[in-house]
Amino acid sequence: MANRKNNVEKSIPISGRLIVVEGIDGSGKSTQLRLLEKWLISRNVPVFFTEWNSSETVKQITKKGKKSGRLTPITFSLLHATDFADRYERNILPLLHAGYVVLADRYVYTAYARDIVRGCNPNWVKKIYEFAMKPEIVFYFRVPIDVAVDRILAGRPRLKYYEAGMDLNLSNDPYESYRIFQSRIIEQYESLSLSENFTVIDGTMEIEESQKLLRSIVMKLLPLNITKNIRRPTTLEYQINRIT
Amino acid sequence: MNIRSIESLKRKKTRKGLFYGQAIPYLENIEIKGRFIVIEGPDASGRSTQIGLLSSKLEADGHAVLNAGLRRSELVGEGILEAKRNFVLGRKTISLFYAADFADQLENKIIPGLRSGYIVLSDRYIYTLMAREAVRGISSSWSHNLYGFALRPDIVFYLDVDPNELVHRVFRKNSYLDYYESGTDLRLSDNMLESFVMYQKLLRKEFKRMQKRYKIISIDGNRSIFEINEDLQKRIDEYLLNLQNY
Repeated sequence: MANRKNNVEKSIPISGRLIVVEGIDGSGKSTQLRLLEKWLISRNVPVFFTEWNSSETVKQITKKGKKSGRLTPITFSLLHATDFADRYERNILPLLHAGYVVLADRYVYTAYARDIVRGCNPNWVKKIYEFAMKPEIVFYFRVPIDVAVDRILAGRPRLKYYEAGMDLNLSNDPYESYRIFQSRIIEQYESLSLSENFTVIDGTMEIEESQKLLRSIVMKLLPLNITKNIRRPTTLEYQINRIT
Repeated sequence: MNIRSIESLKRKKTRKGLFYGQAIPYLENIEIKGRFIVIEGPDASGRSTQIGLLSSKLEADGHAVLNAGLRRSELVGEGILEAKRNFVLGRKTISLFYAADFADQLENKIIPGLRSGYIVLSDRYIYTLMAREAVRGISSSWSHNLYGFALRPDIVFYLDVDPNELVHRVFRKNSYLDYYESGTDLRLSDNMLESFVMYQKLLRKEFKRMQKRYKIISIDGNRSIFEINEDLQKRIDEYLLNLQNY
């Protein structure tokens, strides 16, 4: 992955902050990131939220192919890389240059984990994403497989073909397939957690409790000029403000 | 042919690896019965004419022939042309799109064809994609890795045509210069003709650079259709004969 001081980024300084959440579906990461976003917005911090597999342009172009169910591990991987590259080139990088706090619901690690589980060569996948900047912090939501699966299935009776990992021929039963697929992804996350220095968050914690923890960590990572806005005015400042 | 060169031919097919890199572990041990021949070259260099002639001759000789190429697959729709024209997409994004499209062709057409014993003639291959990326500032090590899942062809020809000659062929064929083949997005010149020639020169330079690494055989494409065809056919026949002899 590109270092902060690397190639392109060298010319224009990155004044923004990239904050990433990772974890399997149902680990609670998206809920937490949305709450972080609300908090930053309420403090007038320039913030941008980006989600995995969400580029509209790419979606338009690949809609047909994905529907036809002809995806192989390689094409699956490349289409997701395309989606990421589009969001990276058009949103993430320019906004970081402009000083935004970019909140990414999944980042390159999702690709590493899923593509490796699908049988792509790990070095091949990592090299494809080497243009992506290393985030300021990656929160990894660790959660027991049963908890995550229960959370997902409670709100979603039907699983999609690729979502359940049906292309891997793990089981004919989508739910069983989904469980095996997700467990394998957890294994990948656990190994990435060490090599990529994830900040591990216990995904079984109460929502408000983990949000409090996240905010306290994120606070320390924000640039000074931004934290000034977030910090509550001290009594003295408050009085000065009232006078002037 | 002596024992040693037979051994080296066998090794070429087995040990050196069917693929350039290692991206497809699930295809590593497939058996390829067919032969894979690629014709590269710029637009209007006569690629498709030559492929037509070669196919007819090979079929007349009793071979099963399959034509493949970089034509749009079913995976990536026409939308990419629109997006490219409007400068909507970034360069890495476009590269990855084309790679996905190519992978679809490779896995759903080229590889099945070769496994069934066809001689697959491909109208362009990864080299065109890599050359286009290189002239747009994308690092060759990134592209090389990206196309690591590509199957190594048996023979790669490059129809080398002088860009100044190429212009005339394009005009004879279309009466206008194609937007993409002129590298308009690179803004090399406001003059379309000049832009075309400059762009084609850059691509040609990239092919020269890749020649050794990918064992690309340069064919003088400034000659007549007949002369070029004779040259290509002779080389292919020799290759097939050598295989038969061991």
